[in-house]
This record gives sequence, C-alpha cells and structure tokens, in this order.
Amino acid sequence: MATWLKSFIAGAAVILVLYIINAMMSSTGFFGAGIDDYQARLLVFIGINVILATSLNLINGFTGQFSIGHAGFMAVGAYSSAYFSVTYGRGIEASLSGLGETVASSVVLLIAIVIGALVASIAGLIVGIPSLRLKGDYLAIVTLGFAEIIRIVILNIDAVGGATGYQVPGYANFLWIGIFAVITVVVIHNIVKSDAGRALVSIREDELAAEAMGVNTTRYKVTSFVIGSAFAGIAGVLFAHYNKFLSTNDFQFIKSFEIIIMIVIGGMGSMTGAILGAIIVTLLPELLRQLPDIHIGATEFRFADLRLVIFALILILTMILRPQGILGTAEIGGFLKRFRRADKPTGGLK
Amino acid sequence: MDTFVQQLINGLTIGSIYALIALGYTMVYGILRLINFAHGDIYMVGAYAGFIIATSMGFAAQPSAFGFVVTLLGSMAIAAAIGMAIERFAYRPVRKYSKMTTLITAIGMSLLIEYLFVFIFSGTPRSFPQLLPNDNITLFGNATISTSQILIFVVSILLMVLLQWIIFKTKIGKAMRAVSFNINSAKLMGINTDFVIAFTFALGSALAAAGGVLTAQYNPKIEPLMGIMTGLKAFVAAVLGGIGNIPGAVLGGLLIGAAETLVVGYGSTIGIPSTYRDAVAFAILILVLLLRPAGLLGSNVQEKV
Repeated sequence: MATWLKSFIAGAAVILVLYIINAMMSSTGFFGAGIDDYQARLLVFIGINVILATSLNLINGFTGQFSIGHAGFMAVGAYSSAYFSVTYGRGIEASLSGLGETVASSVVLLIAIVIGALVASIAGLIVGIPSLRLKGDYLAIVTLGFAEIIRIVILNIDAVGGATGYQVPGYANFLWIGIFAVITVVVIHNIVKSDAGRALVSIREDELAAEAMGVNTTRYKVTSFVIGSAFAGIAGVLFAHYNKFLSTNDFQFIKSFEIIIMIVIGGMGSMTGAILGAIIVTLLPELLRQLPDIHIGATEFRFADLRLVIFALILILTMILRPQGILGTAEIGGFLKRFRRADKPTGGLK
Repeated sequence: MDTFVQQLINGLTIGSIYALIALGYTMVYGILRLINFAHGDIYMVGAYAGFIIATSMGFAAQPSAFGFVVTLLGSMAIAAAIGMAIERFAYRPVRKYSKMTTLITAIGMSLLIEYLFVFIFSGTPRSFPQLLPNDNITLFGNATISTSQILIFVVSILLMVLLQWIIFKTKIGKAMRAVSFNINSAKLMGINTDFVIAFTFALGSALAAAGGVLTAQYNPKIEPLMGIMTGLKAFVAAVLGGIGNIPGAVLGGLLIGAAETLVVGYGSTIGIPSTYRDAVAFAILILVLLLRPAGLLGSNVQEKV
C-alpha cells in the first residue's frame, strides 16, 4: 500500500476515534453512553498538556537545552489569538454564516491557531537568539525571567483585560484539541527522526563535538526553540478557546514547572514518555483530590491542599530513585519494534 | 530630593533583605553549582518559625529587645536545621546525577515546602507581631526612616560581617573556599566535603531566616507563598553580583532593591508604570546575562574541552 494512503487511513481513523470521544463529551451524548463534564474537562486538559509536554520535550529532552519558561509562550499564543477572536471572530463568523455555524467557528479557530502559533514562535525567536548563547542554569533562569516578563507585560495591557481577566469565545472542543495533540506528536516525532533531529540529539549529547562535526549548533538550537514555542502557542490558543476565560495567573511559572515535571516524570527525550507524563500530571492531583478531609480538634486539614504536597514528594522521589524518569529515553513499543526487526531479512552491505 | 532619599532608603531596606537571601544562593551555587530553588521558601519558613516563637513565648504582648533577639536566633537555628535536612535527604542523593536532575529536585523541594505550609497554616496571611517599638525618625524635609528599617540595616550588616569573618578567618571557612574551588581536590586533602556542604546550607538558611524575621518586622504580613517572588529576586541579585561571589551578592541585592523602588517611584515619569515592579529584576537579569554573563564582580571561567 502506498505510504500516503496508509497515512490517510491512519489520519481518518484518528479523526473518527476523536469524533466519537467528542460525541461522548456530554452525559446525554453518544446514545447515552457519555461521560460527565468533569471527566470531559480532564480529557481536554490531557490533550493540551500532551501538546505542551511534547513541545517542551523537543527543547529540553531532545536538544538538551533547559527552558523553564514554557508557560510564557503558551500565554503569548493564548492572548494574541484571544485578542483576534474577540475583535474579529464575530465578524468572520457572520460573513461565513452561509456555511453553517460549525464551519464558521472552525474557520475562526483555525485562523486563531495560526496567529497564536506565529506570534508565539516570534516570541520564541526573540527569546531564543540572545539566550541560547547561554548554557545550563543560566539559560534556565533567563527563560524563566522572560516568561515572567511576558506575563507582567500582558497583565498591564488593558486591551486584553489586564488583571481582571479576559473573556474569550469558546470555539475549541475536544475534537480540535485531540486533532492538534495528534498533529503535535506526529510533527515532533518526525522532526526527531529526521536529519535535523539527529543534529538536535547530537547537541544534547555533546555540543562541542556536534559543532566540531559541522552541526550549526546555534541554528538548530534556535530552530528547536522556535518550533517548541509555536506548539506551546497552539496549546495556549486551544486552552483560551476551551476555557473561555484567561487570567495571567494561569501562566505563572508554576505552570512552566508543571510542564517540566511532565517530561521529567515520563522520561526526558522520550515521545511516549512525555505523553505518559502529561497524563500522569493531569490525572494524579485529581485522583488525590478524592482523599477525604481529616479533622483534628477544631482544625480541619484539607486533603485538597495535601495533594500538592504528595505531588511534590513524588517528584523528589522520582528524582532520587529514578532520575531518568519512568521511560528514560526509551519508547513504549520500542521493545516490540526491536522484536519485529529481528525477523526481517537484513540486506545490503554491512 | 526628599522623595528621592525616601525612595532610596526604602529600596536599600528591601535590598538588604534580598542581599541576605542572595548570600545563601551564592554560597550553595559556589560549592555545588546548584540553584537551590527552595532557598526562597526557607526565608518564608524563617518568618513562620519566628512567628511561632514570638507568639508561643509571649513576646508578642510586650515588645522587648530580648524577645526580638530570641526570636531571631531561634528562627535562624530552626531554618539552619531544616536547610541541613533538605540537603541531607533531597540533594545529597541526587548530587551524583546530572544538573537537570538536581535542579528539578530543588524545584520539587520548593513546591513541597510551599504546599506543606499551605496545608499546615492555610493560605491566609498571618500578622507577625511587632517585637520592638517602631517609630519614624525624620531625617530632613519629609524623608523619614523607621526604627524597623534601621534594625534591618544594622542586623544585616552585622550578619554580613560575621559571614565574612567565618569564610575568611575560620577553619571551616577555609574548607568552604577549598570545596568551592575544587571539590575533588578538597576531598583528597582530607576535607570532609559532606560536612562542609551541610554547613554551607545551614549558614545560608540561617541568613535567609534572619531575612524573613526582619522583613516581618517591616511588613508584618506573612504567608506561605511569600518566598517565591522574593527568592527569585534574591537569586537575580546573586547572578547580578556574580554568582559564587559573596560581596557580589550583597551589591546585587542592594542594586535590585534600589532599582525596584525607584521604578515604582519614578518609572511613571519615563513611561514605566509602577505595576512593572516585579519585571524590573528580570529585565536587569537578562541584560546582565547578555552583556556580562559572569556578573558585576564575577570572573569569567573558560570552558575546558
């Protein structure tokens, strides 16, 4: 079967599955077999976090740079696209009303995504070019500083609500978020498996050696930074248009840390690891929320607060007991592949 | 002129606190090459420890110099013990791993302390009791300095002199300098590096706790997340001065404090609204790292292949 046909069928299957899940997103939907709003929301956030984690994994896991300001780029994407949707969304929807409501809102969302990704990648370029002269800790702290500056600047722009928050039309649903999560994973997977990906990994392994072998390290570092930022921007756009409300508090550096934690727990430099990490980090605090409260005398200790303590403990213990994360740089399914390859006849010169 | 002097006094007050915290960052970085993200939270722990001592021992009811000294020393001791415990149980096991691992452990530690305190004390701010009578002294014109500000200056200068003495005149100080120069050679020379590292954490944590108690005398509102922003700015101060460099940390702290209050005071005249206060430190940081990555007083280190 031709490769393009294979990809086409795979793509169609993915969209079909996502469509069915999307239909199940309300308790009455999909012939009554739906899930409640809370679970639906969790699924959506898993999707957004998968985009964030895999895109940060490109920068931190595969290129070996240390960015701890990913939430800043997410904020840039979220706010720039939200400004577009609020200002021009209704107008575009009205002019496309002949095509039906769904198509019209989808068109607006797609334009918003393009805008968010572009603006975030420009921000990534502006941050990336000067900061990638720095290494390790210094790079980390500069990315953190930039993310905070971005947040404070947004906080001071009254056109996007400033400190009071920003109402955004809710164009995004699980279908879109799922599709873009899959696109992100596929694109980043393909980048990593390409020549450019090899160059990125060589920078991670030994930057000086990579440079000596003729890899233009600065160019590749900036490229990976820009691509990572663009996807963070997309995650921001989807978050904005799903959540319908933006506040700069959503993009504090604790959010950047959360994304770091996803890729660290899953295993830095592993695609499936980042996805696994995103799922764990989204679900674990919610599972811990189920724990009951305790009362000692008159004081009430709320487990809702303790869940973050447990979360931090898990992070520290992961670092002590398994610093490479759950998967390390391995992939789920990697074993299977190795198994299969052994059966195939190997040809060519050795 | 009056306002300028007033702004400067206020700026240097905050700057002294940043300097006290920055010393801990810079010492730990100098020895372990680790950004101890939990250090800002130790400052918060110090403030809470002081709060508990002051309220449980009844110093809150009657302001006295004795009560203040006991609170200060007590909270420094508690913070030193916690700092050593953090090093022993979280950082030592990961010391042999990559930088990324240690940094993430530090981030985890920071989150752990913050949310443990939110859990125990709840997120609502507490009011720290006034331990010494507070008056305003008029310098000239409208510029005033409060006794709590004088207290901050005096205590932080005393502590910095003490630190300088420990590092340059005592045996353990010599060991600290040796370890920061080259940890492996220091080990070969028979220095107990684990002890020196633990001592460094104790020293840094005690200074941060002193900063916490002093801040609480100036601005009595304490809450579990107060260490995040202050800690970050103190870290910026350490980088500005040249990380690993002790006089640099003090200089950086004072500069950041002054810059911040001057932006609040005068920024609007050159088009920077005072709400950009928190961005100032980061903007300075980025400029410094791009123009002079080693910091103001630091020296460049050549990378070896």
